[in-house]
Amino acid sequence: MVAARLWNTSRGQVKGGEVHEVSLCRSLAAAVTRAAGERRVEAVEVSIGGLRQVVPDAMAHAWTFVVRGTTLDGAALRITSIPAAITCDDCGATTELGPELGFDCRSCGSGHTRVTSGEEFTLTAIDICDPARVTKGES
Amino acid sequence: MGRFHRHDDGSVHSHDHGEAGHSHDHDHDHDGHSHDHDHDHDGHSHSHSHDHSHDEGHDHAHDEALAELIGDHSGYQTGRERIEILEDIYAENDRLADANRRAFDAAGVRVINLMSSPGSGKTTLLQRSLAALEGSVRVGVIEGDIETPLDAERLGGYGAQISLLNTGNGFGGECHLDAPMIAKALRGLDLETLDLVVIENVGNLVCPAEFEVGEHTKAMVYAITEGEDKPLKYPVMFRSVEAICVNKLDLAPYLDFDMELFYRNVAAVNPTAKVFELSARTGEGVEAWLEWLTGGAADD
Repeated sequence: MVAARLWNTSRGQVKGGEVHEVSLCRSLAAAVTRAAGERRVEAVEVSIGGLRQVVPDAMAHAWTFVVRGTTLDGAALRITSIPAAITCDDCGATTELGPELGFDCRSCGSGHTRVTSGEEFTLTAIDICDPARVTKGES
Repeated sequence: MGRFHRHDDGSVHSHDHGEAGHSHDHDHDHDGHSHDHDHDHDGHSHSHSHDHSHDEGHDHAHDEALAELIGDHSGYQTGRERIEILEDIYAENDRLADANRRAFDAAGVRVINLMSSPGSGKTTLLQRSLAALEGSVRVGVIEGDIETPLDAERLGGYGAQISLLNTGNGFGGECHLDAPMIAKALRGLDLETLDLVVIENVGNLVCPAEFEVGEHTKAMVYAITEGEDKPLKYPVMFRSVEAICVNKLDLAPYLDFDMELFYRNVAAVNPTAKVFELSARTGEGVEAWLEWLTGGAADD
């Protein structure tokens, strides 16, 4: 419901604004829930490539309210950013892309390049806390 | 395995050192006592600190197996552990997109994912395209960018099948269409009776480019009112498409639009893009777009 309200109020942000991150956080939360089951999740680690157009701060903010009131409430989100890189088919040079995201080879100027990293959006690990196991360990 | 235990009654246990499967041995070792022992094993498992016994449930056995793999035994005291996962968040969407594509292929339908920023004239171009193709190409439209019922009405009356996706009411990811949404929308189309399906994506230059929905190729509408720098500002979108419609050409006399600069910027992110300069309003240049759209003489 909170997410729906945010959507309505931010619809004017035609660039996608935070809505993009909200949507991605929902997909991420679903994957985390599948992996964690009933256990409490303390932290979620995700690797995000530069071409996924995610604003880390927006992602962190979106995460807090996407998980609010769910079994993931309170779980910290740790984001590892992976720079985008291209490799030239003509000269073989690899270029890491900065804020200027032209896809032409910086070495020879060729337009025939392949993206070799930057499209990642991967849930890499979760830290869980299982109350049932605490009980077991103490018994 | 193979341990011999003499039991006088069912209260016994010297063999409790974590051997899963030991109960099978006992059935052989004891004449006439096996029934008692079967019950005993279940009842004693909690005292076996290293015993991965069956009656504790699969979840715990699984956790412990994971903890072993990861080498983190602290979980026993604190209940905390780290689980390595490596799950591609887009993988599920991509699997569904493949399923959609198979459905399109089975019906012999060409499918275009049409994207743009809001107000670029996407719906107007679609309207003109439907009018031009009526009677010659059987078109279906998956409409994901409806702001008002008025938009839907604009596309009616051209003989096209239209499946509406209500993206404004918290329907999944609202800033783009994804493969599950398209799978739902397909229920509103009779693919066997269609030649072409156009998916009108949500007006947004960011995330629609990242979600495969099962289309055969992507195209976008760009209006010259948006500024020449858009390819550099939204490189992922401009790189994802095979064709770019440069719309609102009829406004060129009133703008300072630098077409050469725009082409240079497109070339920097997508050197192989097909560019169609047109005006959806006047119809100028639309013919070449329609040839590409319908898979006609586009690949020259």
